[in-house]
Amino acid sequence: MHVEAHDLVKTYPSDVRALDGLSLGIERGEIFGLLGPNGAGKSTAIKILTTLARPDSGAATVAGHDVLRHPDRVRRLIGVVAQRSGADPMATGRDNLMLQGRLYGLGGAALKRRVGELLDRFDLVAAADRAVKTYSGGMQRRLDVALGLVHEPAVLFLDEPTTGLDPEARAALWREIDRIATHEGLTILLTTHYLEEADRLAARLAIVDSGRIVVTGTPDALKGELKGDAVHAELRAMPDVPAVRRALGTVPGVREVSVAGRRLSARADDGAAAVPDVLAALDRAGAPVASVTVARPSLDDVYLRTVGHRYAETNNGAE
Amino acid sequence: MIAQTWWMTHRQLKALLRQPGVLIITLVQPVVWLFLFGNLFRRIIDLPGFGTASYLDYLVPGVVVMNAVSANMWAGMGTLEEIERGTLNRFLTTPISRAAIMNANVIVQALSTAFQSAIIVLLGWAAGAHYPGGPVGPIALVIASMLLGAVFGGLSNMFGMTLRQRESIIGLSIFLLLPLTFLSTAFMAKDLMPGWMQNVAAANPVNWALESARGVLAQHADWSATLIHGAWLLGLAALMVWLSTLTFRTYQRSV
Repeated sequence: MHVEAHDLVKTYPSDVRALDGLSLGIERGEIFGLLGPNGAGKSTAIKILTTLARPDSGAATVAGHDVLRHPDRVRRLIGVVAQRSGADPMATGRDNLMLQGRLYGLGGAALKRRVGELLDRFDLVAAADRAVKTYSGGMQRRLDVALGLVHEPAVLFLDEPTTGLDPEARAALWREIDRIATHEGLTILLTTHYLEEADRLAARLAIVDSGRIVVTGTPDALKGELKGDAVHAELRAMPDVPAVRRALGTVPGVREVSVAGRRLSARADDGAAAVPDVLAALDRAGAPVASVTVARPSLDDVYLRTVGHRYAETNNGAE
Repeated sequence: MIAQTWWMTHRQLKALLRQPGVLIITLVQPVVWLFLFGNLFRRIIDLPGFGTASYLDYLVPGVVVMNAVSANMWAGMGTLEEIERGTLNRFLTTPISRAAIMNANVIVQALSTAFQSAIIVLLGWAAGAHYPGGPVGPIALVIASMLLGAVFGGLSNMFGMTLRQRESIIGLSIFLLLPLTFLSTAFMAKDLMPGWMQNVAAANPVNWALESARGVLAQHADWSATLIHGAWLLGLAALMVWLSTLTFRTYQRSV
């Protein structure tokens, strides 16, 4: 394993238990996604693995080195793109990259070449000699990723790399991350609270909830485990939940019924075939339906099953 | 580590040179003190105990150290900004040594303090102040102001890194600046101060800076006063820089 964490526990002075026994293992050259709502502990895990914070207990190694005993060795081998842009807004993009290289002991023509290469690759050549404060959000984020790559690290940490970007900038950054992973064989640990991002980028992913990992697997395997289609219904009024459950229990092939407010979800072997029976059953239970959709399983469904509620519900109002 | 300190210093100096106006604007306040106090209290020199030809001569070192305390008390604001922006965390995940980060802060603060102190000395001279001890007097004054700046810059950085609130730095500055300045010989001759104030002043680093500068600003140099107070100041400055480097550990626990 190129990145390994065992039973990490971290409690902040304010008595918030950010990590509650988090363990994970990432193979060399893999893009691994940590998916979870804000406050689930993703950033704390990254801070410990990147030597910034110390856990209360537990152990972790990155690229073969213990993060607690040899943080200096780990630091030479990792690139970090944190949630908050660490670029100096008053300095130019090129100056930021040059300084970052120098902190790793690089210099001379080799550093100049490397910086030129990165500016080119992240489409920042035209803006290279402008102060970073004049950059757009997307440009700043591309510079942040370039900063993490100056010294050609073995492991790259991306903490919510596309949060706050518009869809176009997000897609561009995704393409670039994809390219880094395939061309450079980097091990990447990515945290995100976008389901779509985890699905698109991660070869394997883990869902984090309340400081621990609830489930790990490839996106396809996780979705495959759910067997069958998701049926979502929006009810006209707040339903009588036990009555709704009883009614749907009589419909063949329908299972895993969950109700949250007026939203109802269930799983069915053949979603389309089950819809008429589901509608009839709900009508009998005194819960008329406003709309109904049938979908192939998504990561949101995986999340619902492992954590117990919909992803969007935990994330609402979190930011 | 020397190379790292240099690159970190280089980064901050470049930022400073990009907006030289900031250095000049912060000088407005000490210049006002110099000319307001200088004129308001001009006649005070008739009292015995100042040991200078004019009150302006006496006042210049006072304004220099007051400016050094007040300017360096804001150092923590810069550190706080770097924390909020994520810049400090970015540096802390690279192999750079913690001491290099703090040393660069101290060097940059010391250089800008030296620049400001030199300007005040020159403006005082232009307004008619005399430095009868020769060039060694103003040089000692500038060095003392740099050391005093390192003491309060270190304190401010520690506040910024542990409490991480702008208010606490502003509070520290308001709480300390005037009492420390007035509990020293910045504006008033020692013999004219009440006895308890003289005792407090003896333990006041602001006063150490003044005593060490005044020792050689006078026509008849008192090197022992300069060296003893200078040594105390140097020791305290080194202690504060070391303590503020240790603060990284506290920071790491709360990050």
